Amino acid sequence: MKKELKFKVNGQPYDLFVKPKTLLSEVLRDELGLTGTKRGCNSSSCGACTVMLNGMSVKSCSVLALQANGSEVVTVEGLAKGNKLSPLQRAFLDHGSYQCGFCTPGMLMSSTALLTENPKPTKEEIKEGIDGNICRCTGYNSIIRAVTAVVKGEYKEAK
Amino acid sequence: MTSKFSVIGQRVHNVDGTEKVTGSAKYTFDVVLPNMLYGKVLRSPHPHAKILKIDTSKAKKLIGVKAVVTGKDTLGHKQGIWRRFPELCDEEILCREKVRYIGDPVAAVAAIDEDTAEEALDLIEVEYDLLPAVFDPLEAIKEDAPQIHDGVELNININRHIEWGDVDEAFKKCDYIREDQFKCSSQAHVCMETHDAVASFGHNGKLTVWTSSQSSYYIQRLYADMLDMRESDIRVMNRHTGGGFGSKFELDSAQFCSAILSQKLCQPVKIVLSREEEFTATKRRTPMYYFLKLGAKKDGTMLAKEARVITEGGAYTAMGATALYLTGFFSSFPYKYPNYRYDGYRVYTNTAVTSAMRGFGAPQSTFVGESQIDMMADDLGIDPIEIRRKNGMTPNYEVPGQAFIQSCGLHQCLDKIEEHIKKQDKLPANHGIGVSAYGFMSGGIFNWFNTPYAFSAAVVRINIDGKVDLYTGACDIGQGSNTTLSMICAEELGIKLEDVRIFSGDTGICPPDLGAWGSRETLMNGNAVKRAAADAKSQIMEFAAAKMGVNIVYDLDIKDGRIHLVDRPERGVSYYDIVKEAIRGKDGVAIMGRGHYTPHRKGMISPAYSFGVQAAEVAVDVETGRYKLVNVTTAHESGTVVNPLGIEGQLEGAIMMAGGYGFCEDQPMDDGKILNPSIADYKLIRSLDMPETDILEIDTYEPEGPFGAKEAGEGLTNPTAGAIGNAIYKAVGVRINDLPITPEKVFKALREKEKNKKAK
Repeated sequence: MKKELKFKVNGQPYDLFVKPKTLLSEVLRDELGLTGTKRGCNSSSCGACTVMLNGMSVKSCSVLALQANGSEVVTVEGLAKGNKLSPLQRAFLDHGSYQCGFCTPGMLMSSTALLTENPKPTKEEIKEGIDGNICRCTGYNSIIRAVTAVVKGEYKEAK
Repeated sequence: MTSKFSVIGQRVHNVDGTEKVTGSAKYTFDVVLPNMLYGKVLRSPHPHAKILKIDTSKAKKLIGVKAVVTGKDTLGHKQGIWRRFPELCDEEILCREKVRYIGDPVAAVAAIDEDTAEEALDLIEVEYDLLPAVFDPLEAIKEDAPQIHDGVELNININRHIEWGDVDEAFKKCDYIREDQFKCSSQAHVCMETHDAVASFGHNGKLTVWTSSQSSYYIQRLYADMLDMRESDIRVMNRHTGGGFGSKFELDSAQFCSAILSQKLCQPVKIVLSREEEFTATKRRTPMYYFLKLGAKKDGTMLAKEARVITEGGAYTAMGATALYLTGFFSSFPYKYPNYRYDGYRVYTNTAVTSAMRGFGAPQSTFVGESQIDMMADDLGIDPIEIRRKNGMTPNYEVPGQAFIQSCGLHQCLDKIEEHIKKQDKLPANHGIGVSAYGFMSGGIFNWFNTPYAFSAAVVRINIDGKVDLYTGACDIGQGSNTTLSMICAEELGIKLEDVRIFSGDTGICPPDLGAWGSRETLMNGNAVKRAAADAKSQIMEFAAAKMGVNIVYDLDIKDGRIHLVDRPERGVSYYDIVKEAIRGKDGVAIMGRGHYTPHRKGMISPAYSFGVQAAEVAVDVETGRYKLVNVTTAHESGTVVNPLGIEGQLEGAIMMAGGYGFCEDQPMDDGKILNPSIADYKLIRSLDMPETDILEIDTYEPEGPFGAKEAGEGLTNPTAGAIGNAIYKAVGVRINDLPITPEKVFKALREKEKNKKAK
């Protein structure tokens, strides 16, 4: 029996009917075509599916879609404003903070959520902020450098 | 200092960077086609059993199930990547009569969605006759061990012998000899994108496949073998690939089963392996028992080394045969042993298949070799840097009968690391710095795959606006080859990086190429791309010379989009204008350049080698055995640095992976069952465990490489486990000879040391 799911994703309101067991990651990818959100384990241990739910980072493979009812979700597709990349996205580019890119959306969402909650994190807090996200390519340090550069104000929000 | 290069050496964004940071990069995982079905694979729960009967009737009746296949639906061919040796092609993928490890595929289902396919797997009834199984290679080589493959005596899959000099005679001349045993563990690749494929057979009998792969050409050719098809009727496309690390260049169950199902239905079928399948039923790093004997003079000059290795092969050959050879060759690295002998045996076991993984046998040999050389230095009272300096390889050195090394910056790396260590203030208690030296190949010369094509090839097409389309069979699996190769192309043509658009890893449009393995793409594909660009460039120059009315004694070149006289740079014309006129002059045909590269007369292993030295600092808690990786500093050389941001990424990423191999990664088993098949249970280095990583770049120039470049991918995976082991010894005086070096092992060794001290 499908149930109604009303929520906003990247600012866009949606009104859908989903099965109760459907995961948020499945709705985002399969119903809305937002395939930037990845799935690396389906057991909330790799972080590739991280999105923001009401400003907090969550692993969308461990949230039922219906739990997001009435909420605001932001995915990696919602970070850029039109053709203007977000400060973190630009910092990731400059610092080579991605390689295969499969963990990158999750990393960006964890980092964005971190800076939303704590705009001036220490290096240790940045490490903690992305500790739930596995990256098998970069060794994390380039990601930490990118977030640090944003914290230092080297990347301004594009107008 | 101004660089002689315009593009090479610049800190550029990867050519696919914006796609990756915006989530718009499309992976096979994201491919959805009209009328597409979803597949799942049923796997053996037993390590060794005969298949008596498979009843698929109930599964077929489930609503939503479109097809169920078993080994009987295949042609029964066996695949293997060592195609020159039929006896080493031993994997059916869908087993017909016998399963040989927990995870061996026995059936596959295609259904309207993944849930239905999953449900159908439960309805397939397989009757097995359980056979005795064997899991440890030292047990499997015994006379009375169960036989895993018919006709393979003592379960020895393959052996390898390498020898030069007179080892026995040399040992007699040594002042000091050490014999040590080591055990190297398994390791999972843990690509963030699991193995996946979308296979689509048309009614015309042609197969199109999107798949996450390191070599589209290998997969295309292996499909052709397994399906009795002509390879040109198969198009394999590698889109963005979410990591490879050695796990994605053999035909796998997602690729094969999706094709078999699609062939039956003429509908696209997508199979994505679950993370658990990824851990239990894809390939992994080869565990090895290592027996080493090392002999030296009192002054530390090493005269002879003997290595004997028994590897846990798992159920099939895979790329394990290459790992067996390379671990033997790299066991002599990076030193000038005048006498050397290696005997390696790869033994079949009823465990998940062991194969290629980043470093390809060399992380194992480097861990054991670098541990032992430190022990030797300690025994002889020689500084660890000094003993490496005394024996280390130098430029233009010939590994007797094996390989010729041209560029080699090992000694400069040793100097830099020595400086780095001396700069440290007195370390706090229970901190230690260990060093480890390494070398690696820039692509393999061997052709066990039996390709009739050039190893690497590229095509360059210059369009009317001067922009370049570059076609190469190279596969970008995240290591950044699309960027590196585009940079090489732009540099050779003297144009901007933005002027190059790359098409890679698509057998439908790109020339055949062996793909991404053995750290081959920068040198081999780089050479092919450079030659293709040079070919196109020479055609432009013909027009330019005519147009400019140049005296034929002058040379022309292109830089920053301008064609100019080399000796009189102020005399020039726009590259873009000349291209327009050239194409008009060629009756409207775009300018095409072709290039290829196959190493000839470059020894038996590789055309070039990179070198480095790493220092790891650890801080040990002597109460618990827990330790922290504080800093890992690497001095390395990879010839001309084409893509500096890419090399830094390779280096730091290698420390995460190789540090994990030394520090925490392992795949414990119980009767062939992997006990930690999830990311929650498989411990790998996360951001909080990651050490500081400093890089000391050494300048070298490799004559065989494009613009002097050589590998920077896998070699960096070799030193870290050894450096960690040596650091722990420096910190607290205990030596761990089996990987990974867990806190538990350190704790036990510390207690043992204390007990021995008291006994004295």
